[in-house]
Amino acid sequence: MIGEVLITLGVLVVLFLVWQLWLNDIMVGHQQGDYARQLTKSWSQQHSSAPTPAPSATGPASAAGPQPSTDAPPEITSAVDGRPFATLIIPRLGPDYIRPVSQGIGSNVLNSTKLGIGHYPTTQLPGQPGNMVLASHRKAYGGNFSDINTLHVGDHIYVQTPDGWYQYGFRNLEYVKPNGVGVLDPVPQVQGATPGQRYITLTTCNPLYSTAERIAAYGVFEAFYPASGGPPAEIAGTQAQAEGSK
Amino acid sequence: MYAALWRLLPGPWWVRVIILVVAAAAVLAACVFWIFPWVNVYIEPTEIPTVDQ
Repeated sequence: MIGEVLITLGVLVVLFLVWQLWLNDIMVGHQQGDYARQLTKSWSQQHSSAPTPAPSATGPASAAGPQPSTDAPPEITSAVDGRPFATLIIPRLGPDYIRPVSQGIGSNVLNSTKLGIGHYPTTQLPGQPGNMVLASHRKAYGGNFSDINTLHVGDHIYVQTPDGWYQYGFRNLEYVKPNGVGVLDPVPQVQGATPGQRYITLTTCNPLYSTAERIAAYGVFEAFYPASGGPPAEIAGTQAQAEGSK
Repeated sequence: MYAALWRLLPGPWWVRVIILVVAAAAVLAACVFWIFPWVNVYIEPTEIPTVDQ
């Protein structure tokens, strides 16, 4: 009798671990992805009055797809703590990888089943010269940056705002101690330098299941695609899925 | 415990198996959707993924 109770409790503990370390991140990741798709959809409806080329019109004549803007990208000038202001799309992390990006790195953002990815308020916002630094959990609460160590040089990282898509190219990973605040500098690891470029930095825990170190993934701004012209071809599927979502 | 449960259940053996499978699925669903999330709030150590001074 007691043996059966103990075995049952043991099985429940193992099930809990399976849930916490694996299943829950998938479920929470989906919730965060759904919220990001809602944001995308509401932004695209704001722009529906603008002349957006219909998907059916993209025949051979426009096979090149939407073109990036040659002007300087628009700047986001302010963001409210705990509120989303962008979405993050990383094709390398999966065809469904779209997540909301919110202001702040407190538990209200990082430990949220709806938000998950936070922006360091002391760092720059999309379009501003300097470094836009994001943080998320490696595991738990969606584990959004679980696989950033699998990025390849040149992989595209997209940040979407109501204005359009900022395309960054992944450059390299860096491993630092938990107090390695150099990754937050406007020019990463160059204290006091004046930024001439726009960077994106994704930070999370390293190694997996540990908080001994931090891992940073750096990207460099490459191009801006205005919302009126439609998304870059690489993420057109993600965009269509978001606009078709409920 | 499980032997007593088996004796309490009505019907032939295959009806009892079906009842137990459905009950196990219900327990699993309750765990995943309500019990585990509730326990998790108390168990999870506060992992901080950010860099700080």
